[in-house]
Amino acid sequence: MDLIITSLEQGLIFGILAMGVLLTYKVLNEADLSVEGTFPFGAFVFAKFVMMGLSPIISTLIAFLLGTLAGLITCILFIKLKIKPLLAGILTMTMFYSINLRLNGKANIPLFSYDNLFNIGPTLIILVILVLAIKILLDTFLKTEKGYLLIATGDNEAFVKSLGINSNKYKVIGFMLANGLIALSGALMAQYQGFADITMGTGVIVIALASIIIGDTVKRKANWFKNTSRAIVGAIIYKIIGGIAIDLGLAPTDLKAISAIIVILFIAYNNLAIDLLGAARKKERRKINAQNREPIKDF
Amino acid sequence: MLRIENLSKTFNKGSENEINLFNNFNLHIEKNKCTAIIGPNGCGKSTLLNIISGSILMDSGKIFLNGKDISDLKEEERALHIGRVYQDPSMGVSPSLTILENMSLANKKGEKFGLKKLIKKDNMDKYIELLKSLDLGLEDKLNTKVKFLSGGQRQSLSLLMAALKHPDLLLLDEHTAALDPKTSYVVMKKTKELLDKYKMTTIMISHNMKDAIEYSDRIIMLDNGQIVLDTPSANISEEELMAIYKAKLDQYIA
Repeated sequence: MDLIITSLEQGLIFGILAMGVLLTYKVLNEADLSVEGTFPFGAFVFAKFVMMGLSPIISTLIAFLLGTLAGLITCILFIKLKIKPLLAGILTMTMFYSINLRLNGKANIPLFSYDNLFNIGPTLIILVILVLAIKILLDTFLKTEKGYLLIATGDNEAFVKSLGINSNKYKVIGFMLANGLIALSGALMAQYQGFADITMGTGVIVIALASIIIGDTVKRKANWFKNTSRAIVGAIIYKIIGGIAIDLGLAPTDLKAISAIIVILFIAYNNLAIDLLGAARKKERRKINAQNREPIKDF
Repeated sequence: MLRIENLSKTFNKGSENEINLFNNFNLHIEKNKCTAIIGPNGCGKSTLLNIISGSILMDSGKIFLNGKDISDLKEEERALHIGRVYQDPSMGVSPSLTILENMSLANKKGEKFGLKKLIKKDNMDKYIELLKSLDLGLEDKLNTKVKFLSGGQRQSLSLLMAALKHPDLLLLDEHTAALDPKTSYVVMKKTKELLDKYKMTTIMISHNMKDAIEYSDRIIMLDNGQIVLDTPSANISEEELMAIYKAKLDQYIA
């Protein structure tokens, strides 16, 4: 039971991360690797401001807002300076490693003695409300005129330009929003585990991708099941799988390898299952055709 | 209407692959007429359209649209006055959005995109009527994603969307080249209907001499960035056009 609740809570926090990555990876069709710098950045910004005496709500909000700047930096790198998006993300990530250490001068900051969001009420309920609110806001935004331009920019940039729209503007909006959410997720994680740590970003991109990919596999054909919901559900399932793995005696340090393997398996399943089915069906058809062939009787 | 003055464009400048395509090129396109541009591959047809739409920058020269100098405008700024249908049927649409969503986006062109809901019920009748005019049954597939349509359906939709806000200039970049002969014929017919209905100034690139004669008012043949033929379509037969075209091609082979 404890395992399920912990997995749910952590899954919800990572659900916000996954929704952020969803915006760049799926909506804009760009792999933004700065995530691994932005996630701890959110945690460190939160730590900085909560230690200065600001309320946890304000500190979390500041983490979101400053997180958007990380997205802006990546965009400047690849739009203005024409650096490939993949490299631009890695450069931003690397810069933020140093920035994160500079922020508080330490690689690990205990936060147990400070107030946090989860002191307001039961952790799970706070998280459910927060995640649902973000999901609804994001879904609503994606239905607006600007939201559709964001989707179309990832789909076909030439089309957006043909509408008289500067598509780069929408890349910036998408990247900023995404990194804001990722930093917010990092700030929540710091409050949940009671500390901010420089290593907490390692591998989060894989966790986010795993969540999105797992979410995609659930009820694949259901149209009502929005991508945002998929990302959240995927993150929760991911956490439950991870929880079970630890329960079965795996060391927590093995989890990173497990997440990478989950991503590989799910992508492989998505890519290959269809082919395998197709091959099986072909074989079946050949068999039937052979049976149906009229035997040559006597001449 | 559209005036191109002293256009020059050289590709791969300074390298051994330098290609001087346009050299002080001049062209004037009349209002409400359909001009067909034909010519062999590499003659500069597509480059010319790209230069007009702003996706390729020219080295020097001026472009005027309706008397206004658009030479320094960015591609998306020019797009407000220019509609374009590409050879690739997925270029002019957002494939993972539905027909309704695509139409709604195209219908907002030139207006401010804000935080209001994009899909509005009150425009539905207009879209259905427009889609009905295509005669492809698309009006019953409003919520189908465009990527699931056939090439011909998608291209007809692109055409409709490009023409929806009656741009000052419509560019058709071999827009039937990727379609099979029958679909190509249907799309060409729809094109003709739209052009007749809205009287749009159009530049059409084609490899099909018959289409060029049948659907345009004026034919221009390009070769190496130069106009080698410029005639009203009514004054030339398909055979004559083909003969000139062949003669040009033979120059390269000989």
